[in-house]
Parts: sequence; C-alpha cells; structure tokens
Amino acid sequence: MAIEIAQLRKSFGRNEVLKGIDIAVEDKELIALLGPSGSGKTTLLRIIAGLDWPDSGRLEVDGADWLSIAARDRRIGFVFQHYALFPHMSVRDNIAFGMTVRPRAERPGKAVIARKVTELLQFLQIPHLADRLPGQLSGGQRQRVALGRALAIDPRVLLLDEPFGALDAAVRRDLRSWLRSVHDASETTTIFVTHDQDEAFELADRVVIMGEGRIEQIGTADQIHDHPASPFVARFMGATIELPVRIAAGRATAPGIDTARIERRALPDGAATLFVRPADLTPVPDPAGLWRVKQVTSTGALLRPVLTGPEGQDIAVEILRRAAPNLSAGQSVTLRVETGTIFTETPPGQRGQAGQPSEINAIPLKEKQK
Amino acid sequence: MTVTPMNAHDQIAAGRRAANAGERWTARVLIALALVSTAFLIAAPLVYIFWRAFAAGIGGYWAAITTPDTLHAIWLTVIVTVIVVPVNVAFGIAVAWAIARFRFPGRGLLMTIVEIPFSISPIIAGICYLLLYGRQGFLGPFLREHDITVLFALPGIVLVTLFVTAPFVAREVLPLMLAKGSEQEEAAVTLGAKGWQVFRYVTLPGIRWALLYGAVLCAARAVGEFGGVSVVSGRVAGQTNTLPLQIELLYNEMNTSVAAFAAASTLTMIAIIALIAKTFLASHNRRD
Repeated sequence: MAIEIAQLRKSFGRNEVLKGIDIAVEDKELIALLGPSGSGKTTLLRIIAGLDWPDSGRLEVDGADWLSIAARDRRIGFVFQHYALFPHMSVRDNIAFGMTVRPRAERPGKAVIARKVTELLQFLQIPHLADRLPGQLSGGQRQRVALGRALAIDPRVLLLDEPFGALDAAVRRDLRSWLRSVHDASETTTIFVTHDQDEAFELADRVVIMGEGRIEQIGTADQIHDHPASPFVARFMGATIELPVRIAAGRATAPGIDTARIERRALPDGAATLFVRPADLTPVPDPAGLWRVKQVTSTGALLRPVLTGPEGQDIAVEILRRAAPNLSAGQSVTLRVETGTIFTETPPGQRGQAGQPSEINAIPLKEKQK
Repeated sequence: MTVTPMNAHDQIAAGRRAANAGERWTARVLIALALVSTAFLIAAPLVYIFWRAFAAGIGGYWAAITTPDTLHAIWLTVIVTVIVVPVNVAFGIAVAWAIARFRFPGRGLLMTIVEIPFSISPIIAGICYLLLYGRQGFLGPFLREHDITVLFALPGIVLVTLFVTAPFVAREVLPLMLAKGSEQEEAAVTLGAKGWQVFRYVTLPGIRWALLYGAVLCAARAVGEFGGVSVVSGRVAGQTNTLPLQIELLYNEMNTSVAAFAAASTLTMIAIIALIAKTFLASHNRRD
C-alpha cells in the first residue's frame, strides 16, 4: 500500500508537534522515522494508525482518504513500544484476537483461525510459546508476539513504535535482522519509529529524519550521511564540531584550517559554518599552525587529541592511533578537514516557513550539475 | 589502663549487638501495644456479641433471629444490598472510565465530587434526601402528585445507601485504569475490536479484581449503613427497619436481651465474610 501524507499538522494545546509533514511512502517500502524525542515521530505514527487525529492535512492510502476511516476499520498492524499484549490471554489468544473480534459474517472459522495462528507462530519462530501468558515471556519474545498479533489481521500497513526500545543490545541486533526478513517475506508496507541511527539505517529502505515537528531530510543512509540537508541533520548525524568559515568563490577558508579537500560549493560569498565529525578532522604537525594540542588521550584504537584554536575554543577530534602523527601537548598543528558540510547563516525563522531546508546550502556543486 | 585493640570485625559485631538489643526492645513494646489495643478495642467486643447472643443457647439464638421483625430486617437489608451493589459497580466503571480515558472540562471536579460521600456524615446525606424528597421538600409536591413514595420506604433507603457507597468501586478501579494506561485498549482498536468488545475482552479482565474488591467494600458498607438510613427509613419494625436499625431498636427496647445480640451477631458474621473476601481479593488485586 502506498501512503501519501501532505501538510499534516497537529497541536496538543498550544504545543504544535507536527508543523506540516509531507511524505510519500511507496508500496512494500520499509521506512524509518528517526529523530530525537519530542520530534513528533510517534504522533505521526499514531495519526497514520488512527489513534490520533491531525488538525489539518491529508492522509491517503492507495488513494483512499484515511482521515474519514476509524482506526478499527483501517486494518493497521500497530506494534506498541511496550507491546501492549493482553496479559490475561495466552500467546495464541493474543495473536488470534484480531480475527476473533471480527463480525460473525466475516469471521473465519475456529479451525481456520487456529491454523493461521500456528502458521504465524512458526513464522515468528515461537511455536513453543503458544500457551504461555505474556507475563511469562522475555522482552524479545513479547516483541515477537506483538508483531504476530499485528500480522494476524493481514494489515495493509505495519506500524511499529520504537520496536526495540525496551530490549537489551544483543536481542536488539537479533530482532533487527529478523524484522527485516519478516518485512521482506510479508511484503507489507512498514513504518517504524526509532531514535537509534544504527537501527534506522541498517533496517530501513529510506530514513525520514524528523526534528521538532518537521521533516528535515528523507533519504538513504549514504545520502543523509554524506549530504545532510540542514544543520540539524548534520548535528544529529554526528557532525558535532562547528567551525566558522568564510566563503569566497565557492571555497571555504578559515585561519589555521586546511580546507583543500572540501569540494567547491555553489554558495554565496560571506560567513558560513562548517559542520565536521570528530573523526573527519586530522591535526597535522605544522610549526606555523594556529592550533595547539592541549592534551592527548588514547582508547587504544583511537587517539582523542583536544585542540585549542586561535580564538581559544577547544575541540576534541578522533584519529586512528595507527595512522596518527606523533602528537604531544603544546605542539602547533594545522587542522585538515577530510570532509564536512557547509551551511550559510540563515536568519532564524526563514528556514522554517516551508518546512523544507534550503537545498542550495547543502548540495555540493558537483551534485547540482548532474 | 590497657586498651585491648578491637579489630574492625569485632567492633562492627559489638555495634550490631547493641543496636539489635535496643531494636528488640522497641519492637517488643510496639508489638505488645498493638496486641493489647487490638484485643480490647476490636476483639473483645466482637467476642462479647457472640457470647451474649448465645447466652440462651442455640435454641434461644435461633428463636431470637427468626422473629418476624428481625427476619424482615435481614430480608430488607439483603434487597437493598442486591440493588445497590450492581448500580454502584456500573456507576464506578462509568466514572473511572470517563476520568481515566478522556480529557473533558470538569474532569477534576468530577474526581472530587465522587469522593464527597466519604467526607460527609451519612446523617447529613439522609437529611439532604429528607429536604429534597420530603413532604415539604423541593420535589415533595411533584412526587405526591404522581403518587410516588420515596421517603420512609424502600426507594429512600436505597437512594441514601447508594449515596453513601458511591465512591467505593470508582476509587478502586480508577487508580488501576490510570496506571494501566490505554495502550492495550488502543491495540484492541487497531486490531478491529468495537467499543463493547474492547471493554468486554480487554478493559474488564484487567480491572476485574479491583472491581470485585470495590464491590465487596460497597456491599459491606451497604449492609452496615445506619446513620443515613435511620433518617429516611421511618424506622418501622417489620416494614422499613434494616438490620442495623432493627438491632438498635431491639437493644433500646429490651436493653440487654439475647435478641439484640443475636441480630448483631448476624451482621457481624456478614462483616467477617466480607473481610475474608476482601483479603482474598486484595491479594489478587495486587498481582494484576
């Protein structure tokens, strides 16, 4: 099922949590909604499910207007963060629930339901848990049951809210690849919410990055990693170091920083900010360098030098110890930028109007010419 | 003076012994106080009731509680309870559901109003009903015109008992529903369940023990209610006397007769059964 969302807005009291959301999800796609808490991603998911209603906007699934359909008639498979299994029902009854509550005329026979549940239990690799109560299951097992219960109604769309949020790291990794295989086998259009980047990028076909009620960027892992569309995405993707630079003829320069490796960009001349990941900055020993090594700590694999700039600012960078030059406190260095993203200053508020980051700031010249 | 150096382990052990001795004494005193006060304030009167009730033997006891007036009082009390408990269960669920699952103007006020019967003396409730439904009362003329008897009859007794017991079920169910949240119900909705199916298969099983617990508390209170009922019942033996009223009547009439204590013992037994049910349900309730 293809989902089309346009200009969706939602406020809780005076707090606007969705400020005009546009997404088109293709049939059979697996989409991650990624963002920090409070970015509105769960609200968006609940609106698609029909558990919340937007103030304005459109929500269409295969051309049908879903805002005129009640949650119970949308045939949504919704997996809650804390599973929300029915504690007084066995695993089998939990999974069968969606079929047993159907009106008599549409309800499959008892034998059909039982067979379908057994199939699902096999598919989810939990046939031995059929007669247990949810209270007797581990977190990962509950997650599987919750997914089974959602899949049992042959959902048009599968929605998962922080599906692995409450699990420990090892179980998380297991379930992640398992969910991917479940998606590929069931071919159900799936949207899941997460605040974990690894999870989003590893699992999803495309990732939707949300920040404060807006979509900041939609793309694949590589696109978002290499070309963040806004300072928000850059920071969110780990480019936590912000260096002031000046743009002249598409080239960024700053005293004490070697920016030769950054491509030229179609940017207006003037002040701008360079966003860099700690691992993309290399301190090169240089007697005339304007940066000083303040201290160096080692994690074994990585060196973490702290550097002081010409204006007295401290930044911490990361370099592979094996490839690192000899660094000692007090030494002068020049910072070589391996890669980074430049954003020009935008007056506050201007960017927000359309809910879209101004693309010209983000896309390298090379790409634009394509 | 020689000081024997104590090693750290000995010191800790000595300190613990000293502390333990002090604690042990405090504990003993408190336990003794609790036992003595329980014995004198609660157990002794109860035992005394049964002792006096059976003072004339089992035959005398049986004769005392099978007098027509006492039997009628027991019967009336049972009827009132049988009407009040289901009504209050329905009321309690409705209030708890509304407050726990919806945001509406007056929600906080409703939460407070539900608790009012707990803080108002039942006598005042009785008088309010008297003023509202009485001959000279606000609704008096209307009721007389339509030939409806509320006061000094079963409807009045039921209404006052309803008022007094109104908070019991809501109070037990509401905190549980708030704590459980609405995720399970939302899950049921996304799976296609209709409103009544959500309630029947998801909400109700989740609150059943709290509901029963509240119902038992409500029943115990309904059976024992005295103050409010005494105002609106008219206290006619064999007609509008409930069991607590009948006990008082017997006691006043014949002072220390077997009859009063025998009637009182039946009420006490109901209370003890309720207590046992309550304890049983409370342990289930905690597990949910």
